[in-house]
Amino acid sequence: MSDQEYTPKSRVGKWFNDRLPLLTLANHLTDYPTPKNLNYWWTFGGILTFCLITQIVTGLVLAMHYIAHADMAFDSVEHIMRDVNYGWLIRYIHANGASMFFLAVYIHIFRSLFYGSYKAPREVIWIIGIIIYLLMMAAAFMGYVLPWGQMSFWGATVITNLFSAIPLVGEGIVTWLWGGYSVDNPTLTRFFTLHYLIPFLILGLVVLHIWALHVPGNNNPVGIDIKKPSKDTVPFHPYIVIKDGFALLMFMIVFAFFVFYTPNILGHADNYIEADPLVTPAHIVPEWYLLPFYAILRSVPDKLLGVVAMLSAIFILAALPWLDTSKIRSAVFRPLYRQFYWILVADVLILGYVGAMPAEGLYLLIARVATAYYFLHFLVILPVLGYKEKTLPIPLSITEPVLGGSPSLAPAKMKERSKHK
Amino acid sequence: MKNFFRILIILTIVIGSQTNTNAAEKVEYLKTDWSFKGLFGKFDRGALQRGYQVYTEVCSSCHSMKYLSYRNLAEKGGPEFTEAQAKAIAASFEVIDGPNADGEMFTRPGKLSDKFVMPYENVKAAQAANGGAYPPDMSVLVKARGGGVDYIYSLLQGYEDPPAGIVLDEGVYYNKYMYGNKIKMANQLSNGLVEYADGTNSTVEQMSKDVTTFLMWAAEPHLESRHQMGFKAILYLIILTILVYFSMKRIWSRIETEV
Amino acid sequence: MSEKKTNRRDFLFTATYAVGAVGVGATIWPMIDQMNPDASVKALASTEVDVSEVNPGKTITVLWRGKPVFIRRRTQEEIAEAKSVKLEDLKDPQKDEDRAKDPEWLVMLGVCTHLGCVPLDQKGDYNGWFCPCHGSHYDTSGRIRKGPAPTNMEIPKYEFVNSNTIKIG
Repeated sequence: MSDQEYTPKSRVGKWFNDRLPLLTLANHLTDYPTPKNLNYWWTFGGILTFCLITQIVTGLVLAMHYIAHADMAFDSVEHIMRDVNYGWLIRYIHANGASMFFLAVYIHIFRSLFYGSYKAPREVIWIIGIIIYLLMMAAAFMGYVLPWGQMSFWGATVITNLFSAIPLVGEGIVTWLWGGYSVDNPTLTRFFTLHYLIPFLILGLVVLHIWALHVPGNNNPVGIDIKKPSKDTVPFHPYIVIKDGFALLMFMIVFAFFVFYTPNILGHADNYIEADPLVTPAHIVPEWYLLPFYAILRSVPDKLLGVVAMLSAIFILAALPWLDTSKIRSAVFRPLYRQFYWILVADVLILGYVGAMPAEGLYLLIARVATAYYFLHFLVILPVLGYKEKTLPIPLSITEPVLGGSPSLAPAKMKERSKHK
Repeated sequence: MKNFFRILIILTIVIGSQTNTNAAEKVEYLKTDWSFKGLFGKFDRGALQRGYQVYTEVCSSCHSMKYLSYRNLAEKGGPEFTEAQAKAIAASFEVIDGPNADGEMFTRPGKLSDKFVMPYENVKAAQAANGGAYPPDMSVLVKARGGGVDYIYSLLQGYEDPPAGIVLDEGVYYNKYMYGNKIKMANQLSNGLVEYADGTNSTVEQMSKDVTTFLMWAAEPHLESRHQMGFKAILYLIILTILVYFSMKRIWSRIETEV
Repeated sequence: MSEKKTNRRDFLFTATYAVGAVGVGATIWPMIDQMNPDASVKALASTEVDVSEVNPGKTITVLWRGKPVFIRRRTQEEIAEAKSVKLEDLKDPQKDEDRAKDPEWLVMLGVCTHLGCVPLDQKGDYNGWFCPCHGSHYDTSGRIRKGPAPTNMEIPKYEFVNSNTIKIG
């Protein structure tokens, strides 16, 4: 890397940079050597940054008009929707932005799973990512409470009651979370405070996430270590910037379609009914992005064990770098893992589907099988696969021809080529 | 590029599964052409004005619309009554104001800035007058019901004699489209109930459609500007995407790798 | 690289930047405009006041757009005093007739033009108003006579709906 040798050209620049090396940082970011074979699945990091900033900016604006009080929250949201200049636009961007954020983060996570981006030396990036994901879920959940509709209220009631599963102190913790004997105004105001705080924590963690990324550099679809800078890399600016920009615009078209034409399709109708502590809606469902975990929670018949299973499903991801014993990163060269990968994708989608269905009969059975498979994948299949799987030979570099000229490799390389077309 | 189609497919599955879950418990609703659907959907002014008339003459005796103000009636994208008409409408209602200098509440004719007058002072009063069932506020009713406009439109026309074997309590009615089929609101609409100012024939179907259109506007008063802005925004994004695509091609052509 | 090719590339990049900049601008505007008065605030822009109880020499203060409005029914002496002032003596020359349509009624925004405090009634060197914050003196027509305030107290748009009711705004 050329970071160390960098000196600004102008005298003022040099004077400033000696005192605060911001220009060195900017130079590092623009010159950052990036593998040139990154495909479009790698653009979601940039997209996620956009999502976070969009949520922070629109959220800041909404907070200027929103009133965090149980008697006025619902009214103030309607005030935003009706009277505030462009209020409807800003709120719909914020509400759909949350869904877009999760859509992008799931793609980002599953990209990492496919190409083995969590493996050494990138474990810390991965773990920071999992913490960000956890905080995102917390922020999204608390944000959904703020409009103080029926789903807000009952969602808050159900999720906070999860803590009552903890033996001995559970009830006390729930009362403490509520600041009362039910979800009420004190709960709303503290959720608002935390909802405002968490995005900035996420922002800080994103900086660490990127910092940790820039130490080893990006993984790539071939999954091999590359020399930096070399023929295998391009400077981040302009090559990756423009590519990320292009992908971001495609993403924004989808985003805009939701905001302008189906702004409420990802929400729930019951949330347009003001919170009523006397009436529970017929179906309580979380937002779509939490459904797989909701399905896991409901598939276990014991209260405490259900909560444990749900939390384990998230925390198990943090142990992934050590559960996956394979020396090969990219699934491109792991024919068996590739198949299990797609089964896992299907498994999570199925969990999401049954999470939205009533927890009874066939749905419950499917949820249980899918939950069992989810843990099986991480706890048994991945560790064993690392030892048993016969992997394909990997190329020496992105540009160099493959060592040994094994015939089985040509299709793999071809596939990679076609991927980033 | 291929990847983007994959993303779109995944997206469709995710959203598809959402709508499926909502659809699972539905009966087939009555269908009608809504002028406000689609990329350029706009409200039918006539329907909005007639719908307001139905609301005022029929619904408003029990259902409040607490988030609407009389000024909304003259705003762009709504029923678009003239300012004078809206003022006259507002003035025809008695509004409680105060306290005055003596500390007492008084009534005065409504002004444009006043909210729609409520039929009951509070939820308890509304419940007491309606056999324990609160007639829901209709400001956002369309968005608060799974089936949206189709549901409301069908419900208004869904009153039937109960099938054999179903026993209804006093003050409970049978409705084909109601969740659980039992509804505490009696059938309100009958042919010719309202005498439309514009001479339209007031069939039950016509009144249902008009008042549902009105409720849709009440719930989404900025729907028209949303559609217009959305079209422009997406068109703009497509143009910029094409420009960025060619810029990207140009930049990447400096090295031999393809994007 | 041929000349033509360079030009075309420049045009493509310039167009991309320009179109992108338009989009950024169009996105920023709603975020700024949301802080402007909203539709419900604008709708409250006028207020009607019953002045039937206001006798000569009495002032009432009403709230309009979140600010105090002084409605004073002036005595004959005050009117005479206001009319007798020579325009040359005024910091912000304005005839009393231009400030009070009906000389008996003075309707003005009760906000000191210096830094926005509310002046006190019947105080100061000119029998009008006196601002306690930084010592501005106003006369019986609400005109600035002494002190740091630059202009006379503002007259809002108002009209007599009937002899007992004033509509402000």
